[in-house]
Amino acid sequence: MTWLLDLTPDEWNAVRLSIKVATVAMLFSLPPGILIALLLARGQFWGKTLLNGLVHLPLILPPVVTGYLLLLTFGKRGPAGAFLAEHFGIVFSFRWTGAALACGVMGFPLMVRAIRLSIESVDRKMEAAAGTLGANPLWVFATITLPLILPGLIAGSILAFAKAMGEFGATITFVSNIPNETQTLPSAIYTFTQVPGGDEGALRLTLISIVISMAALVASEVLARRVGRRMDIE
Amino acid sequence: MSVHVDIGHRLGDFAIEARFDSAGRLTALFGPSGSGKTTLINLIAGLIRPEKGCIEVDGRVLVDTAKDVFVPKHRRRIGMVFQDARLFPHMSVAGNLRYGRWFTPPAERYAEMDSVVELLGIGPLLNRRPAKLSGGEKQRVAIGRALLASPKLLLMDEPLASLDEARKAEILPYIERLRDETKIPIVYVSHSVAEVARLASDVVMLAQGKVVATGPTEAVMQRLDLLPAEERGEGGAVLDTRVLRHDEVFGMTVLGSAGGEIRVPRLAVKTGAPVRIRIRARDVMIATEKPTGLSALNILPGTIVAIRPGEGPAVELGIDCNGATVLARITEQSRHALKLRLGGKVFAVVKTVSFDGANTGAGLPFEVDG
Repeated sequence: MTWLLDLTPDEWNAVRLSIKVATVAMLFSLPPGILIALLLARGQFWGKTLLNGLVHLPLILPPVVTGYLLLLTFGKRGPAGAFLAEHFGIVFSFRWTGAALACGVMGFPLMVRAIRLSIESVDRKMEAAAGTLGANPLWVFATITLPLILPGLIAGSILAFAKAMGEFGATITFVSNIPNETQTLPSAIYTFTQVPGGDEGALRLTLISIVISMAALVASEVLARRVGRRMDIE
Repeated sequence: MSVHVDIGHRLGDFAIEARFDSAGRLTALFGPSGSGKTTLINLIAGLIRPEKGCIEVDGRVLVDTAKDVFVPKHRRRIGMVFQDARLFPHMSVAGNLRYGRWFTPPAERYAEMDSVVELLGIGPLLNRRPAKLSGGEKQRVAIGRALLASPKLLLMDEPLASLDEARKAEILPYIERLRDETKIPIVYVSHSVAEVARLASDVVMLAQGKVVATGPTEAVMQRLDLLPAEERGEGGAVLDTRVLRHDEVFGMTVLGSAGGEIRVPRLAVKTGAPVRIRIRARDVMIATEKPTGLSALNILPGTIVAIRPGEGPAVELGIDCNGATVLARITEQSRHALKLRLGGKVFAVVKTVSFDGANTGAGLPFEVDG
């Protein structure tokens, strides 16, 4: 089994980078994910169907198309990319931040769906009860709604994390495949398969990829069960 | 303390058009299902916005559609106990109890944790989760949670409706204590004659979205004709009495009412304590002469002051017994045979054993004349 952990520095970097990219993508998707899920679950506004469609686009478009659209928008000469670079010093193109953006966008519909479902299952009567006890809508959200949708938040976050760990097409199109910068696990595996004698390396990274994804899944199950037990909903 | 409601609201096919004032300690909104009771209480709590009208509590305007006033529910300081308790599942009982207190400005907090816990007997439950409580326990915690927000008015939306008889009997004394030992006025929604007769100081009777009668409980409950059909058998006179003495030999309690002494099965209350009784109209017999050789112990002389047609073969009589009006439901045939008419002198006969836990309860403090 030692050969499994006997990774080259580049391979280690790919593992570390993948975890970093997936974590950042997950954390930064969470606040907008909750907001959009709330809008879709409870909002009554013109263009709701359009918003719903936009959120789901990354799920149905070929990842390469999503990546290319990101390149056009957030690339060096893209409108959003140029603006962010000039005013905030945030650069996406050919950086790990760009990989995180691509992974976040690809995982976003999965996260929103999970959170939206859990918001829709919240008993709004509980929120009304909290209101009669003096809590304003913001407090009601923080003390009642948020704790009640915690299982959905966990599920949505893990889905987004897992999606980010496996994201390939959009990432490679948007930020290319630069070792130590944008070469995540899937890109590294892809690189191995393109060179003669790369089979062993590809297998190693594949196994590591499976282990990380399984660990994330188990962690979410344990967390969700603990939250469920705490709440003890009949 | 007063509640003033004058609103019009439409929900699909159902229109509610209600106007009432109440300054009572416990005002019951009473009527059959679908009469608009819950809508009305939700309007007072601020859970629904009325189409037109105004609502005032204690002189404070909460809603006035003409002036575009609508105080949101979290600023009304009106406590609500829901039929389904609605305890927060992610908090312990203690967490639920503390929730409203936290949002109450310190200067306006009058309810104390210890005294509310004691009043409702929920001390042993504090560390439990709501899912681990029985229906009756949940409802007591829900009452405590509403109280600890130090509300100016407490609304109770059929708090006993989803409980079985044993649980109801468990909670009723707590609601009586709440009514008698705290100063918070209560508006209580119910479709049960037994609950209303036992608890209410005032009644607002509703039917199909309209107020059909309001006033003190004794007066409104005289209107048997307004009772929901399924509750009609439970209808009867509500009398406020006081314990004169206990008869330990035969296990009875003698109550003093304006109409005379009334013997009921032994009550666990002190001599002198007020007791509210309900004498079901169907439990009352009428005699034109003072009966002898009769097992029934309560024989009240009186005068017929009302004769109303009842359901089927029945007529309903109102008998004024020295100021206390007793209702009797007898057949039209009996009325004919006994030649009963307004102003006639009769005796109302009630069996002691017709009283049970469902129609005797702690009375509101009051004065008996004579």
